[in-house]
Amino acid sequence: MITDAVDLLVIFVLAVFVGFEVISKVPSILHTPLMSGSNAIHGIILVGAMTIASQAHGSLQMSLAFVAVFLSTLNIVGGVVVTDRMLDMFKTRQQPKAQGRAGQDGTGK
Amino acid sequence: MTAAIQISFDGRTGVYLFSAICFVLALKALSSPRNARYGNLVGVAGMVVAIVVTFLVQDPGHDWVIGAGMGLGALVAVPAARRVPMTGMPQMVAIFNGVGGGAAAVISLTDYVQGLSAGVPAQKGVEVLFALVVGCLSFSGSMLAFAKLQELMTGRPVMYPGQQVVNALLGLAVVGLGIVVVVSPHLAPMLALAAVALALGAGVVLPVGGADTPVLISLLNSFTGLAVAADGFVLGNMVLVVAGTLVGASGGLLTKMMSDAMGRSLPNIILGGFGAAPAAGPDAVAGTEGRSVRSGEATDIGTLLAYSRKVMIVPGYGLAVAQAQHVAVELARALESKGVEVAYAIHPVAGRMPGHMNVLLAEADAPYEDLIEMEQANDQFSSTDVALVVGANDVVNPAARDNPGSPIYGMPILNVDGAANVVFLKRSMRPGFSGIDNALLYDPKTVLLFGDAKDSLTKLLAAVKAS
Repeated sequence: MITDAVDLLVIFVLAVFVGFEVISKVPSILHTPLMSGSNAIHGIILVGAMTIASQAHGSLQMSLAFVAVFLSTLNIVGGVVVTDRMLDMFKTRQQPKAQGRAGQDGTGK
Repeated sequence: MTAAIQISFDGRTGVYLFSAICFVLALKALSSPRNARYGNLVGVAGMVVAIVVTFLVQDPGHDWVIGAGMGLGALVAVPAARRVPMTGMPQMVAIFNGVGGGAAAVISLTDYVQGLSAGVPAQKGVEVLFALVVGCLSFSGSMLAFAKLQELMTGRPVMYPGQQVVNALLGLAVVGLGIVVVVSPHLAPMLALAAVALALGAGVVLPVGGADTPVLISLLNSFTGLAVAADGFVLGNMVLVVAGTLVGASGGLLTKMMSDAMGRSLPNIILGGFGAAPAAGPDAVAGTEGRSVRSGEATDIGTLLAYSRKVMIVPGYGLAVAQAQHVAVELARALESKGVEVAYAIHPVAGRMPGHMNVLLAEADAPYEDLIEMEQANDQFSSTDVALVVGANDVVNPAARDNPGSPIYGMPILNVDGAANVVFLKRSMRPGFSGIDNALLYDPKTVLLFGDAKDSLTKLLAAVKAS
């Protein structure tokens, strides 16, 4: 595992450039889903919450760790589900047209 | 450290690298309509493997805390995210972003507490403080944005005398307390720092008007990313640094794109007051004093629509609130069956989130080709007989084009005033989300039909079918 601050700094700087490059052109209809999707991605803070929990000693640290795990789970799960529901609206029309009327659920996925 | 632990740690780095690649691909895919769904799945894959491997390699002593926290979190988040109607999506993004910021802040605080009890707190001061402050900002800011959008409080900008001064003082207090914590590491100044940062987050969001809130949420989303990256430095965790930084950087760029689409500058949004100042009112509606609006009957308007050659439907937030997208599409079909050419003119920021209208109309099975973006739509209004504005106001307000004194001056709009007739479906004469009056409502070629968008469209549908 990389724990060296200098290595992390290199990774940080490179990630800044990647972050800028990767979304250079986004049509406005995707602004909201993209925001929601990246909102889900920073839910990865759950990994940090788990680390904190595994190192916790005493009831104060345990309670804080519990809160951190709870909040980051909300972030990750809520973020993913909301994004999925938004993107559900972008399904191509052809295949739901054929089957969509038959059943409410189970089609289109 | 034994060799066995060394190897499992290396395995974790490999998995984290895989996760990092997933996140880059996810953001890339989310930027194109064709691959967006796949993007979300790739992101989920990256998260799941990172979480599973973290769970497996670390000391299992406290797994029950993690299990309980995750179980409870999922139990709350899934139904909340599922049940909320499409109109409520912006709020949900705000709240789920806020809790992420809160988690980042709590993690930083916990690490600090652990350091204090182990006697080595000052070693990694700056990252810990950054994660705490930015996480708290993001938490309180997002919660307030949620409250505004959910209408738990007024959506209008909240301003009071000396507001900028108070916010500046809070900012200075953050810096000052930060220095105190670094110089003398104790829990009390750390908690005070968190409290001041929470207050600052709320203070910054208060004066931002409802229409600007989505841009603000995007900015806070970017902030949470940076707080997560800072926690990555605190914990020496590569995947947190990569994911947090990616979101921070791309979120910042996205915020810029969103504010550009609204013709607003970021400093303007943050300093706020959009539509709050009644002083802007008299200027914006100059010439409308004493003029009356023309309100029409559904049957007359239905006939007007049915005997047009070309109708342009301009949806706005009113359509979303009334859940009128299905009726709107039905009306379009009825008109088309009578030989009328119908299209939907989509302003990029109509509704409360960019892309809001596309999502709603797609849900109602409106043909994708009929959704016309602003530029093409503006080329077509001169050949349009009727522009049917359904619950939109600011995005068709000519003041944004013609009145340099108007607060929305410079925002790109749909030039519906170029159409031969303009029909507004409105709930009332209340001005739009930004609080700015619209001179087009008083134009002689404009007809208003008051009422809930869904009811009005249903009446129009009946009238069109009858004529």
